[in-house]
Amino acid sequence: MAETLLEKVWRLHTVRELPSGQTQLFIGVHLIHEVTSPQAFSMLRELGLKVRFPNRTFATIDHIVPTDSQARPFADELAEQMTVALMKNCRDFGITLFDLGSGRQGIVHVIGPELGLTQPGMTIACGDSHTSTHGAFGALAFGIGTSQVRDVLATQCLAMSKPKLRRVVVEGTLPRGVYAKDIILAIIRRLGVKGGVGYAYEYAGSTIEAMTMEERMTLCNMTIEGGARIGYVNPDRTTFEYLRGRPFAPQGEAFERAIQWWQQIASDPGAHYDDEAHFDASALQPMVTWGINPGQSVGVSEPIPNPEEVPEAERAAYWEALEFMSFKPGQLMLGTPIDVAFIGSCTNSRLSDLRVAAEVVRGRKVARGVRALVVPGSEAVARAAEAEGLHEIFQEAGFEWRKPGCSMCLGMNPDRLRGREICASSSNRNFKGRQGSPTGRTLLMSPAMVAAAAIAGEIVDVREMLR
Amino acid sequence: MTSAVIREIVGRGIPLPGDDIDTDRIIPGRFLRSVTFEGLEAHVFEDDRQQNPNHPFNQQKYRGASLLIVGRNFGCGSSREHAPQALMRWGIRGLIGESFAEIFFANCTAIGIPCVTVSAEDARWLQEIVAAHPELELHLNLETMTVRAGARTIAAWMPEGVRRQFLEGTWNSTFVLLEAGEAIERTAARLPYLTGF
Repeated sequence: MAETLLEKVWRLHTVRELPSGQTQLFIGVHLIHEVTSPQAFSMLRELGLKVRFPNRTFATIDHIVPTDSQARPFADELAEQMTVALMKNCRDFGITLFDLGSGRQGIVHVIGPELGLTQPGMTIACGDSHTSTHGAFGALAFGIGTSQVRDVLATQCLAMSKPKLRRVVVEGTLPRGVYAKDIILAIIRRLGVKGGVGYAYEYAGSTIEAMTMEERMTLCNMTIEGGARIGYVNPDRTTFEYLRGRPFAPQGEAFERAIQWWQQIASDPGAHYDDEAHFDASALQPMVTWGINPGQSVGVSEPIPNPEEVPEAERAAYWEALEFMSFKPGQLMLGTPIDVAFIGSCTNSRLSDLRVAAEVVRGRKVARGVRALVVPGSEAVARAAEAEGLHEIFQEAGFEWRKPGCSMCLGMNPDRLRGREICASSSNRNFKGRQGSPTGRTLLMSPAMVAAAAIAGEIVDVREMLR
Repeated sequence: MTSAVIREIVGRGIPLPGDDIDTDRIIPGRFLRSVTFEGLEAHVFEDDRQQNPNHPFNQQKYRGASLLIVGRNFGCGSSREHAPQALMRWGIRGLIGESFAEIFFANCTAIGIPCVTVSAEDARWLQEIVAAHPELELHLNLETMTVRAGARTIAAWMPEGVRRQFLEGTWNSTFVLLEAGEAIERTAARLPYLTGF
């Protein structure tokens, strides 16, 4: 019988059915970081338990690291304390840590793929909602909380309910200046920030098939912003070629055998889906959010919707968003002045993102009064970008070239908005206060659009600058 | 080993109107800089409370409430368990709402806080009656799957498997998962990527 990847991978990892009706699911790769793991290790110690599969958990430090100087001890004592705790926990329990300066440190969802830890057909969990990123490889990858981190440490398993499956089909060629980020923002706008609750998303169609792995990661990354915990793309030749030769990928003949298996794990033609949604990529334009959740976006040439014209149940939320952002119904995002430009985060901090932004920036200057920073996703990304001279392009334009970390996506380190600043951001969340200032305002967009906004000092249509 | 059986939560309510309230709002990121969950209750909804003096968590009349009544998609966004931990340490023992984000729901379950779903009309009614009568005792009963407020009783829902975890005291999943014993290693042994393909 024709089966989906979800069904095949779920069955393969099923340890047993639980009395509650949930499945006890084996977790192939567990990624941890300094924010959501220390309490889990404390619980483990209280219970007198060991880590069941220490070689299947990998750690890095990303959320709280400063991105200017990463010399230890950190100026922020709390950040230092969390770092020390992570190092001790990894040492005590025999877990591999990709530490600062190791050459392998970076945002957890950037380093998993680039090290080849992330592979098709796996189950992957991490105490971070953007774990959906790893679905780009045809893995079932999802975010968990700290008690579940404890579960994985203690048992390498989770108690999970199998989600329903929605096939999200994207067809057509992306216009110049329109990127994976714009596709996922358009998907969330239509399906809603809660439209995916209870579902996993399988992304399919000619647009997805033509995407690079880094584009697929951007797409899967923001699946959670649409309410779905898991988003994946079936593995194909693009996936295999990306993985070939990566440190933790199978090597030599094992790699060829792996390809055989990875091909089998993909969804079969004619498999059943609980729902389908279709999108035309060729009709998309650069997207910008205007509100306080990632579903509140418009194409750059479209006006902000009038709350009085949306369904009544959503009206209050629209007004609340407009009030917080100080925008008006019918207003265009074009021309909105910005204070800060941030290129980074697990959504858009990979080499291809930096290349696209550098192409926009090359030979131009950041507008007066705009604070602009580029935070590469990992030490490997930084190295590769520097080898190409991208850092010089950014620096000559007036961008700060920082060290890897989550940085201003969530403002847990010193990289924060101040007061009511407006930030053009390549990150994933425009929630109130998300970027570290309670009243700070975030406009989500592609890295190219952020670069363009940094140069212009206001929201512009990057397509005009690429001509 | 088991966790506590949770059949019923009796207590006063606190209404929190609005949809899509994310976990960054429940506990802003800057308060996550800690290796424990201790003290999070002091910062629950901190930024919303600063910006809105009338925020329910600022109102004296809701002090001591144990049932939080919310709208749709409550707890969306970040997977931070700090959000339910902050609510629990403030005094919340159960949530009643139109719907919940998945990771938040799982995190609540994992620490013994039931989240039950009621109809949009009933959620609104509960919020109104609690605002008008904050002293009113609410009864969230997981055996009958009802919420009783004064003379009126409304229907509530949660997935049957999760309900059983509360009624049987098995919501602490570590204990349940450990019971699988060697079946965990047997599963690992059949995974191509753990056996060299």
